[in-house]
Amino acid sequence: MQPTRSRWRRFRESFFLHDFLHDRLALTSFIVLVILLVLGLGAPFFAPSNPYDPSTYDLLNAEQPPAFMENGQAQFPLGTDAQGRDMYSTMLYGMRVSLIIGFGAVLMQAFIGIVVGLISGYFGGRLDSALMRLADVQLSFSTYMVAIFISAIFQAAFGVAMYEKIAIPLLILVIGFAEWPQYARTVRASVLAEKKKEYVEAARVIGLSKRRIMFRHILPNTLSPVFVISTIQVANAIMSEAALSFVGLGMPVTMPSLGSLINVGFEYIFSGSWWITLFPGIVLVVLVLVINLLGDWLRDYLNPKLYKG
Amino acid sequence: MAEQTNDTPLLQVRNVTKHFDISGGLLDQLKWKEGKMRRVRTLVKAVNGVTFRILPGETLSVVGESGCGKSTLGRAIMRIHRPTSGEVIYRGKRVDNLSSHDMKPYRRKMQMVFQDPYASLNPRMTVRQILEEPVRFHNPGMSRDEVKEHVLHTLKQVGLDPDWNNQFPHEFSGGQRQRISIARALVLDPEFIVADEPIAALDVSIQAQILNLLMDMQQKRDLTYLFISHDLSVVEHISTRVAVMYLGHLCEVAPVKEIFNNPKHPYTQALLSAIPRLGGKKKSHIRLGGDVPTPINLPSGCVFHGRCRFADERCRQEMPPIVEHATGRVACHAVEEERI
Amino acid sequence: MQPLLEVKNLCVEFAMRSQVLRALRDVSFTIGKGERLGLVGESGAGKTLTGFSILNLISKPGYISGGSILFEGRDLAELTIEQIRDIRGNRISMIFQDPMMTLNPVLTIRTQMVETIKAHQKISDKEAEKIALDKLQRVYIPSPEKRLDQYPHELSGGMRQRIVIAISLLTNPGLIIADEPTTALDVTIQAEIMDLLLELCRDEDMGLLLITHDLAVVSEVTQKIAVMYAGRIVEMGPTRDVVDHPEHPYTRGLIAALPQSCDQGQRLLQIPGIMPSLANLPSGCSFHPRCELCQDICKREVPVLETKASGRHVACFMVK
Repeated sequence: MQPTRSRWRRFRESFFLHDFLHDRLALTSFIVLVILLVLGLGAPFFAPSNPYDPSTYDLLNAEQPPAFMENGQAQFPLGTDAQGRDMYSTMLYGMRVSLIIGFGAVLMQAFIGIVVGLISGYFGGRLDSALMRLADVQLSFSTYMVAIFISAIFQAAFGVAMYEKIAIPLLILVIGFAEWPQYARTVRASVLAEKKKEYVEAARVIGLSKRRIMFRHILPNTLSPVFVISTIQVANAIMSEAALSFVGLGMPVTMPSLGSLINVGFEYIFSGSWWITLFPGIVLVVLVLVINLLGDWLRDYLNPKLYKG
Repeated sequence: MAEQTNDTPLLQVRNVTKHFDISGGLLDQLKWKEGKMRRVRTLVKAVNGVTFRILPGETLSVVGESGCGKSTLGRAIMRIHRPTSGEVIYRGKRVDNLSSHDMKPYRRKMQMVFQDPYASLNPRMTVRQILEEPVRFHNPGMSRDEVKEHVLHTLKQVGLDPDWNNQFPHEFSGGQRQRISIARALVLDPEFIVADEPIAALDVSIQAQILNLLMDMQQKRDLTYLFISHDLSVVEHISTRVAVMYLGHLCEVAPVKEIFNNPKHPYTQALLSAIPRLGGKKKSHIRLGGDVPTPINLPSGCVFHGRCRFADERCRQEMPPIVEHATGRVACHAVEEERI
Repeated sequence: MQPLLEVKNLCVEFAMRSQVLRALRDVSFTIGKGERLGLVGESGAGKTLTGFSILNLISKPGYISGGSILFEGRDLAELTIEQIRDIRGNRISMIFQDPMMTLNPVLTIRTQMVETIKAHQKISDKEAEKIALDKLQRVYIPSPEKRLDQYPHELSGGMRQRIVIAISLLTNPGLIIADEPTTALDVTIQAEIMDLLLELCRDEDMGLLLITHDLAVVSEVTQKIAVMYAGRIVEMGPTRDVVDHPEHPYTRGLIAALPQSCDQGQRLLQIPGIMPSLANLPSGCSFHPRCELCQDICKREVPVLETKASGRHVACFMVK
């Protein structure tokens, strides 16, 4: 038998796509984000040089101004940093690190948060109270405090050389672990609303197991708020990483992220090399802005009752 | 009289009580009382000691106003809520205390249709997924084609075009959704269905369609219904017997003709007089003074005494037991003493 | 004599993204002084919208695209927001299905009642309170003094609806529009509220526009009935006549579909199909795909509401 409409056709005819294509801000944000994602995640293909390989750069080229300025060299379109690395390449690699940490941390937050939120909301009672108090405790520590604490211990324990290797997973872990309660609370609230609905009772009348009801029936219906906070959380995680790197507890200079580039460049602002800090700064702002704008649009789309103020 | 035939009942409900604890966390429960800190629990007494039985092939309607516990009773029978006390016996076997695993064979036999056609279907599943899930779950040995065949057959029976099976619920109208909901209950070939206000959320012309479908299915499949409703004209139309509930208590159980022609319990009388009649041939409504008390603080004695014209001292003190009469059962001192 | 309310060829449209939806088409009816009219139809038929447009309560993207609404000699469709506000809640009161649409949950009944009176009359708090008490007694609220100091959430649903009725009486309106006033209530409470409305309209000589889906309720309370289908009135006439001898096929189907109309345990007569959505109304008569009397003309042309041989207003080619 023929399916009445294929998934793709359903999507093509949906309000979702129509709304999206008619919202210029969302569409522009999406295009910019895709360009940044492609450039960042595909850094090895797009970057003229490899900033991780010391043999490819020369200290003699340090602090070259961007190509469009006087004394600029054509091979360094956005200038070089204090170690003579091509800013453009370094930024692409830096953005890759930022994006990996941002998405990785959110995946982890979402995983912990969704599981805790589902269990908490579905079973209720004492388990719920215990998990939610745990979330409260977690939230009462600031992200930075937890991160500073853990990174400081790691750097001290393993030494800076070792730290370089585990920096990315560690930051994912730190940022991911610090903000799971956001997800847990959102999911729990949705679960509480969903589990009262009759389709859940119908699933129980069929005799389905609790696990199946939770994951097959309730979870898919709690995902729209999860998508919305995910966009905001990705932006937040990228910011958190940048902030940690800025204070010197994030990515090391040899494997810079956008945040550590801004941090390193900051020292050279007064010697006139503003480009080292400005360009990564602009990229960071644009990246976070487009993600947030997309998140806003998604929130308005999924919850049109919300007042657009 | 249906009540006295020797048929073995399909379902027996014995003294079923369901109380909900709404007292919240430990801190909310602590109350300052008589100079002492005490732990006070707040209970909603939704269903209190309800006893009845349902014979194979009949339709027993449970009527009452909102908050009278009729939906909770249905859910307690279906084990969505575990009864606080009492027994639910299905074909001679007690089912209210079974584990979910032991309950499984009974889940096939007892199904439920819900009130709200918008909330009772999972919005993220297609019609086919909704209907195939129970079949697969209860018949792990069935092949894909057999499952599909069975689902399509059921869809046709409830009057839906099988070509629509890949659509999502939101693409259907309220009446069609209710058909899907009925199909989900029927797809396991049950014997007994609890229908909780299945037509209350539908438009008048659609109500007739769904009611006809329910009656057709009963005939074709030898179904037994527990029909929960507040709409008395619908109840009059489809039931074999009627049970009237007030504040979690059973007031009166009798065959449908008896209830409508010769209601005994004062509450049943008031309820019936309030039905709006087409054509405005109007008997005067019996006015009930006051409001329904909350099920948290049940009145002493007969729960209806505060609004009853016939209440006397005994009604205020003593709870009337439900007593067998020639035509049915009534829980009322005044009826028993033949004051009415 | 001029009627209290005269709605003539009222049309309401909704400007949607891709098309203009015609939600009300040529709706005409009159309500005389002290007359009670029931507006019946299924959800989406446009009955609530009719009530809303009388008070100009339609919000964007909806707008009145034609016709007139004459009330006490003034065309409400032409008035400015300020002028209509003077009539709304003063000469015409509205009762909604959910009493909490009218009641403010954070104010006492006293504040809400006194404010309502003072919005339309220049009198002291004392006098306003006296009127409030009087109206509460009028709707048979036990111990009205006590109620004045209560908040809406402290009252039961039936009591709240009584308070709303009392509030709607405060300014002695000429017309009450009641939109499904008892749908959320239990049968016993519904019966009491309907009796109350009926009594008030009779005693105070108020007009009533009762909007409901429940034919039985309408038949007990109103003198005239107008049946709506897909944005049009399809039949209008004296309540008893319409209920006993419906002429339009839709009205007939609607009445035949009620369990009260046929024998116990028998199949109900049902109208096949569902009401079309406004976005794709069928050509000609909107009811033709569901109609058993449908002929070619019904598919081509739109029947207008006209007086038939029986004196009834019916919009159907097949009714002589």
